[in-house]
Amino acid sequence: MALLEIRDLHANVGDKEILKGISLTVNAGEVHAIMGPNGSGKSTLAQVLAGHPAYQVTGGQVLFKGQDLLDMEPEERAQAGVFLAFQYPVEIPGVTNAYFLRTAYNEIRKARGQEELDPMDFLDLLEEKLKVVEWGPEIMQRAVNAGFSGGEKKRNEILQMAVLEPTLAILDETDSGLDIDALRIVANGVNALKRPESATIVVTHYQRLLNHIVPDYVHVLADGQIVRSGGKELAHELEAKGYEWLTGVAEAAA
Amino acid sequence: MNDTIQRAFDALPVTARMPAWLAPLRRAGMDRFAEVGFPGTRDEEWRFTPVAPIARTPFGPATPPAGPVGRGDLAAFTFGHPEWPSLVFVNGRLSPELSTIPALPAGVLLTSLAEALATRPELVEPHLARQAGPEATPFTALNAAFIQDGAFLHIPKDADLKDPFVLVFVTTPDQGGRMSHPRNLVVVEPGARASLVEIYVGLDNAAAYLTNAVTEVVLRANAWLEHTRIQRESEAAWHMAFSHVHQDRDSHYRSFTLAMGAAISRHNLHTRLDAPNTEALLYGLSIAHRDQLVDNHTAIYHVQPDCRSWEMYKAILDDRARGVFNGKVLVTPEAQKTDAKQTNRTLLLSPEAKINTKPQLEIFADDVKCTHGATVGYLDEMPQFYFTSRGIPAERAEKLLTYAFAAEVLDEVRVDAVRTELDRVVRQRLGVVEQ
Repeated sequence: MALLEIRDLHANVGDKEILKGISLTVNAGEVHAIMGPNGSGKSTLAQVLAGHPAYQVTGGQVLFKGQDLLDMEPEERAQAGVFLAFQYPVEIPGVTNAYFLRTAYNEIRKARGQEELDPMDFLDLLEEKLKVVEWGPEIMQRAVNAGFSGGEKKRNEILQMAVLEPTLAILDETDSGLDIDALRIVANGVNALKRPESATIVVTHYQRLLNHIVPDYVHVLADGQIVRSGGKELAHELEAKGYEWLTGVAEAAA
Repeated sequence: MNDTIQRAFDALPVTARMPAWLAPLRRAGMDRFAEVGFPGTRDEEWRFTPVAPIARTPFGPATPPAGPVGRGDLAAFTFGHPEWPSLVFVNGRLSPELSTIPALPAGVLLTSLAEALATRPELVEPHLARQAGPEATPFTALNAAFIQDGAFLHIPKDADLKDPFVLVFVTTPDQGGRMSHPRNLVVVEPGARASLVEIYVGLDNAAAYLTNAVTEVVLRANAWLEHTRIQRESEAAWHMAFSHVHQDRDSHYRSFTLAMGAAISRHNLHTRLDAPNTEALLYGLSIAHRDQLVDNHTAIYHVQPDCRSWEMYKAILDDRARGVFNGKVLVTPEAQKTDAKQTNRTLLLSPEAKINTKPQLEIFADDVKCTHGATVGYLDEMPQFYFTSRGIPAERAEKLLTYAFAAEVLDEVRVDAVRTELDRVVRQRLGVVEQ
């Protein structure tokens, strides 16, 4: 059984149709890259999979481990193993990173009928996970993303992913705006977290990230549809020729 | 005005220990109150805060408690530091057994106002009712009429007091239909530094009594005071309060006000930056639910150049609760280079909750920086989605985000033990477990 199966997915924001029939199958162990110009719907796809309330699904079906994903609340999707690394992580002044992560971790364990971890044991776990993003423990006492630089926010997303150990990780333009050091840390984190039973969907505008996270499949999205799928060489081809090669629409500096 | 107030006034004890000037001051308060009576909602200052339920209750004076009050009843209000200097007032009168007065540095005086009036009138007289006079509001007039007890704190020149002074005003469950009028005076002499915590608490959540408090604070040159005020009255009670701060040159005043109790509460906090280079920081948090009404009126008087004020008041309103915020900032023509910022934020947890918020900037100087902003709204969708997308159920996410809204001002309390306790109280009220 496929880990994720998207069949003819249509989604709107307001009256505007953004996704116009997407079909995609992701198996355990695979890395899929979804590329496309701005406005092609790639971020919408990521957010629809996580259950963002601003989008209405108007048609199609999504199965995650054989279950109807679209019928689940966002928290139920997370508890089932879906994780979205946000393009714009939200700042939450007043809640520490440590508390937020422990709460999320324990809620997911609770939902799976596992015992919750007390703060001390959680700290031990955290110590290990912080290494993945090359951070010290001080970051945990800061409020969630509050006053974080763009790079710190993205690293924080990867830290959350490391702690929550999803079976399906969706990275929504995690590379946008990152300098090369932050990009390396983020990519190393993602690679370190790969497991045979899990899969990763990398949504990106740029080919650069795919030098670090090597995809098994590349899909190009344009105007709400997948216009081309291929292996990792497709990303290189896009880099050389630009999106207009596939979309027929000129775009600056892809 | 109702007869019971006049009768209570006539029955006030006059003793030989009181200074001669006290009776005329009380009389002036009573005369003023007789003249103006309880305010109505046609009075602009009371437009959104109807005090009719207070006006029609025939209050009798507070009485000694029917049963004993033990230290255990007050444990939550000593912040885990029973050794801190504290005065505990039960139904408006000092309880020496419940109070703690440790050895204090020379010149520091913490005592009841009644005692200070009898033994150190020369320290009291220059300030009492000079900051918050009977004419300030009908309730300050009423308070002046009933000046009897409260706290007197005098910090001598250059003293640096680490432990906060705690004033606890407890009302016992048997005080329905009764009123108390705590009167506090705090004087911080030049160069001294102190921290003060003022707590109003009802031991029974259904008792309908009136607390009508006035606190006057005098900060001399270069003095520093952190003033935390916690209002946790019975949710059936009424709490009317007026705090006035007078600030001399280079002084620093930092206030945090938490209001959670009372059916109707009103707190006026006025500070007068009366000399150059003074600074006032005012933080407030109100949490109300059911049919509670919580009103904060602040007034900052910039009357001298080069002064700064910073104000942030927040409210969390659930069910049918109503909030009122009025933030006056007056800048006189002399007060050049004033830097004043005011923010009022309200989080509504229910479609029936409501706030009336009004900034009131009156600026008569031209070289100043004065800003204000008010926001009212429900929880944002994005933080909510961020939390749920991490596996946190929606209901818990909502509580956490509500707490986060409160935490931004709670973090401004500078005394760790007090902040920790307030944090616990707020979390408990909002249904959020330990951080």
